[in-house]
Amino acid sequence: MSDFLLKMTGVSKEFPGVKALNNVDFYIRKGEVHSLMGENGAGKSTLIKILTGIYTKDSGTIELNGRQMSPQNVLEAQAAGISTIFQELNLIPDLSIAENIFLGREPKDRFGKIQWKKIYVKSTEALKDLGINIDVQLKLKDIGAAIQQMVALVRALDINANLVVMDEPTSSLDDNEVKVLFKVIRNLKERGVSVLFISHRLSEIFEICDRVTILRDGKLVGESLIRDISHGELISKMIGKDSESIVSNKKKAIDFSTKETYLTANGISSGIMLKGIDLSIRKGEIVGLAGLLGSGRTELARVLFGDDQAANGKIEINGKKVSLKHPADAIINGVAFCSEERKAEGIIPNMSVADNITLASFSDITRFGFFSRKKQLQITNKYIKQLSIKTPGANREIKFLSGGNQQKVILARWLALKPDFIILDEPTRGIDVGAKSEIDKLIQSMANEGISILLISSEMEELVKRCDRVAVLYEGEKVGELQGEELSVDAILHTITAGHNRKLQGANK
Amino acid sequence: MNGKTLSLKPAVNGISFSKHGAAIIFILLMILNGIFTPNFASLGMLRNLLLQVFPIMIVSMGMTIVISSGGIDISVGSIMAVAAAALAKNLGIGIFPAIVIGLSIGVVFGAFNGFLIAKFKIQPMIVTLILMVGGRGIAQQLNNGYVISFYDHPFVELGLYSISGIPIQVFVMLLVIASVFILMYYMVLGKYIQAIGDNLRASELSGIKTFKITIIIYALSAFFASLAAIFETSRICSADPNTLGRFMELDAIAAVAVGGTSMTGGKANVIGTVFGALIIQLITISVNMNNINYYYSLILKAVIIIAAMYLQQFRTKGTK
Ligand SMILES: Nc1ncnc2c1ncn2[C@@H]1O[C@H](COP(=O)(O)OP(=O)(O)OP(=O)(O)O)[C@@H](O)[C@H]1O
Ligand SMILES: [Mg+2]
Repeated sequence: MSDFLLKMTGVSKEFPGVKALNNVDFYIRKGEVHSLMGENGAGKSTLIKILTGIYTKDSGTIELNGRQMSPQNVLEAQAAGISTIFQELNLIPDLSIAENIFLGREPKDRFGKIQWKKIYVKSTEALKDLGINIDVQLKLKDIGAAIQQMVALVRALDINANLVVMDEPTSSLDDNEVKVLFKVIRNLKERGVSVLFISHRLSEIFEICDRVTILRDGKLVGESLIRDISHGELISKMIGKDSESIVSNKKKAIDFSTKETYLTANGISSGIMLKGIDLSIRKGEIVGLAGLLGSGRTELARVLFGDDQAANGKIEINGKKVSLKHPADAIINGVAFCSEERKAEGIIPNMSVADNITLASFSDITRFGFFSRKKQLQITNKYIKQLSIKTPGANREIKFLSGGNQQKVILARWLALKPDFIILDEPTRGIDVGAKSEIDKLIQSMANEGISILLISSEMEELVKRCDRVAVLYEGEKVGELQGEELSVDAILHTITAGHNRKLQGANK
Repeated sequence: MNGKTLSLKPAVNGISFSKHGAAIIFILLMILNGIFTPNFASLGMLRNLLLQVFPIMIVSMGMTIVISSGGIDISVGSIMAVAAAALAKNLGIGIFPAIVIGLSIGVVFGAFNGFLIAKFKIQPMIVTLILMVGGRGIAQQLNNGYVISFYDHPFVELGLYSISGIPIQVFVMLLVIASVFILMYYMVLGKYIQAIGDNLRASELSGIKTFKITIIIYALSAFFASLAAIFETSRICSADPNTLGRFMELDAIAAVAVGGTSMTGGKANVIGTVFGALIIQLITISVNMNNINYYYSLILKAVIIIAAMYLQQFRTKGTK
């Protein structure tokens, strides 16, 4: 049939110890938004990397527009009309937004001089089309993850593509930015461009996709029109057994007023990002931090973890004032912090899964400077099992694991520390539906043991579902706290808007 | 095919070239020399090789630590000169105190390197350049610009000492190699060093005190350089601030590179460095023994380094 844009047939790929893809057929029609679903490590990213020439397939054929192809690198794939945003963004932190967008294809005048003006104007316009107004001369490392994602998108879109591939583009975006992205996707679709969209958020799949292909353990399980399949069916096809109905109820209200206070923070300020925030958390309580991007959620977390040295304010743990000058100080006080930046601040890529898991807790298994390999493996294997981390073994370097599995390893690093208080910044980013509910349960059981938890998430539903109390931040200030009956997505949104209005009034006075 | 084809790509099980490349090159060079170099295959020759490789070996052990932490130390040669000068100047108060002084001064210089790098976040190349240049000046100042010789001082016996015919340097080398091997693979400090080299920010957030460890790293490198200097001084019966350890940084870095430690930091290949150092010295020896112009040895070294870097690519690129 000629309405197929892409036909991948019988594709296989083996890595040492893993059969990542096993005889997979994968078709995309012209102008459709197609999703590739599967658990962490199912082979989604591998399939994409074969399509875009990053990996060479062991066997199989690829046809694009009826023509056989086997791209050897990303540039060849781009030339053939496939643009890609990878799961791990390949942008350069020290270059500006505009430079990143035009890297390697800068417009030059007839003397070979780079036309900077043109670059700036074009970048600004392209981002404006996505609804983002930003100074394109800012360095990439100085902007948030979400805008970085948009930069990667603009970079990929600028080429005349007939297939745009997006590997988990929404995992670092908040609800509003997802909307922007979806607008872009619909726009592409109208122009007849096909989109391959990967996400672990089911609601997104059902909102934006026309068709879905499901992989399990590197094998093709099936393919279906989105309107012909239900959430439950999709999940059970992914995990290979009937899904327990994944409960998305609100957490039952618990009365914490009698519980001991674990941490009190008073008047936390830092630069322009935090302006005098007060927060307290009791033992066993799960407190959420809600707010838009740039509201200061992550910055607050960094102060509580001793990573931000410029901060003012007072922090008490168990009633005693503490001075946190370095993450090590916080760790000694029982505080753990799982950063949202997996690649930049999480993984030690060339180290093994075992070393990555015990990195923060080596002192527990060390005597006279020597660590116990046996204990290290015990701990590692425990978490590999508990979090079902997919890896050929404890000694495999973490960089060879799939994105979601890397995330689980980093999470395990902080669990292995056995903290009294854990700050989780987007802990389930990139983790599949099944594993997500496992991690939810784990977080809850930690809380039941008396561990205090501060949860940061840009998905407000998640916060409502998991938290006992939610503190809402707006531009570096706490504009409200919600708990029990009054806690709901609408209430959070309302609080943010109220905070916004109050600011406006303040500015008008 | 029988599935056991020899491949240049890294294999997880079995021999991988990037991991064992240095050993393979070394064996090849030994065989070639055995065939082509007159009088090569002899015990005296082996003894010579082991004696002459001593300073490169010791210094490149420290360099392995530094490079795997994502840094570089080009001040090792000058630190050797400083340590030797400090030692020679103080031989009057006794051999043992003089050695301690020489080592301590070296370590202080190294700690100073580490401090500047950690505190001001300046490129290690720039920081160690300061001491590379300044260190030689200090060494000459300590000696008032003269070569200090001490042919009749009992200190010379240290470098000539041997146990059942095996020079003491061989034992020191084995001890240093074993220590660095244990440090890097069995001790937490080694894990921390390599973690810092692989992802500094993530290490910091995992509670690793990167400041302290950076100081330790450069102090260790300087310690090994000073140790090498002490034995060299004793063996050649003099401390020459001008020539001792000159170009040592280049040989040591080359040894580490050829040995397969990632130049961008992360993973130390201690055994690789051992063979890397042997290769570098072997090149010098073969060139000398075949009466080839000294400059060719430099070119040959360059070629070997390029080859090593090329082979390293397979590893950094991952399985493709
Ligand atoms: N370069 C590599 N070397 C070795 N193994 C690899 C490599 N890349 C992927 N794998 C393995 O192949 C399998 C599939 O990985 P892939 O990244 O395709 O998963 P995924 O479906 O994208 O998962 P996720 O949802 O977590 O992103 C995993 O078991 C992974 O460990
Ligand atoms: Mg993936």
